Amino acid sequence: MNGIHDMGGMHGFGPIEYEEDEPVFHQRWEGRVYAMITNTAVPVPGGLRYAIERMGQALYLASSYYARWMHARIQTLIAADIFTQAEFDERLSYYRQNPQAAPPSREDLETVQRAITAISAPPPKREVPDIQPAFKIGDAVKSRNMHPAGHTRLPRYARGKNAVVVKYYGVQGFDDAISAGTEPNSQPLYCVRFEGRDLWGESAEPNSAVYLDMWESYLEAL
Amino acid sequence: MTQTEDRDDHIDAEVDAALRAKALESLLIEKGLISTDLIDEVVRQYEEDIGPLNGARVVARAWQDSSYREWLLKDGTAAIADMGYIGRQGADMVVLENTPTVHNLVVCTLCSCYPWPVLGLPPNWYKSFAYRSRAVREPRTVLREFGLEIAESVEVRVWDSNSEVRYMVLPEQPAGCEALSEEALVSLISRDAMIGVAKVESPNPDGVEQ
Repeated sequence: MNGIHDMGGMHGFGPIEYEEDEPVFHQRWEGRVYAMITNTAVPVPGGLRYAIERMGQALYLASSYYARWMHARIQTLIAADIFTQAEFDERLSYYRQNPQAAPPSREDLETVQRAITAISAPPPKREVPDIQPAFKIGDAVKSRNMHPAGHTRLPRYARGKNAVVVKYYGVQGFDDAISAGTEPNSQPLYCVRFEGRDLWGESAEPNSAVYLDMWESYLEAL
Repeated sequence: MTQTEDRDDHIDAEVDAALRAKALESLLIEKGLISTDLIDEVVRQYEEDIGPLNGARVVARAWQDSSYREWLLKDGTAAIADMGYIGRQGADMVVLENTPTVHNLVVCTLCSCYPWPVLGLPPNWYKSFAYRSRAVREPRTVLREFGLEIAESVEVRVWDSNSEVRYMVLPEQPAGCEALSEEALVSLISRDAMIGVAKVESPNPDGVEQ
């Protein structure tokens, strides 16, 4: 989707603010949200990223990184019938009236061990079909000028542009299809190189290039 | 809008986020979907164990061992796993070598993808709208803001992490550290150098005996 999350090339966000000796989490709630989101075993249809992309575009801009995650996770838990919006609002209203109150505590050592193992576990091997790649390293290609309404990994700034294939990553899960729940959801994945001037024209900085990973359906032969 | 109003809005949003997080935590605890000690332990892991020190150990080993360096550049996933750094957001690792003629820089314009097992969780600037929007369009200007001037004769390659592949930069080894121990090298290698917004500085830049 052509959403606000697709920021590559935009103007107007100002200088980059750098913080020396930055903490991992700036607020206590950020770490707790991070832990809850990465360890709550309730599937998110379409994926959490797509849920974040679909949040109100003005709210996206007004929210910090972990606030966006939290917003999308709450919405997807409501959609999964884990709790209702009314239940959440009621609970929020309680904490607004009692901001010092702590959430209830529950210990469960077994889930802790499972979570720690999961953080550093190799990913489950994904079965991929045997597909012969249509392109090879060195091929001149052009990215498709496409504007899907759903989740996509092809940023707007790199659509309809000439590029060269530089690496082949094998057949990989295709996130656009995985998010949409459609088949087939595996495709050959390449890394391609765009020359700066092909992306940014006259305003390109000298001697610069951008590399993007491209599933086969993002590309056409040049 | 005045500066003050801006700041008040920000504080209100933060306070409200903290309350929302409490509401979420209390509901997930009650429904049996998470436990307090699990949250505490995951936070501790990322605050104390999983951070850029991991990546720095990979880089230091590559600098000291040319066959490891070759393996790392050829099969980043396996070579990094050999150091024990595997898992979430690092299942498919590609390591990019900075050289006297090529400078690599990593960004994620669509999200804030980042190689967690080797670098930990990303800093705020990496997740900022300014970095996400600008790094692909004006990388040299962005690098200059970080205090890094890259000569025009050096090619700048920006890697926009849009798939599940995660990228990490192998910085150039500065002169003057050939005799250093692995631990001394590790202390020189910054998170920023492994994203590509900094170089690793020589411990002894003027060649003066210390």
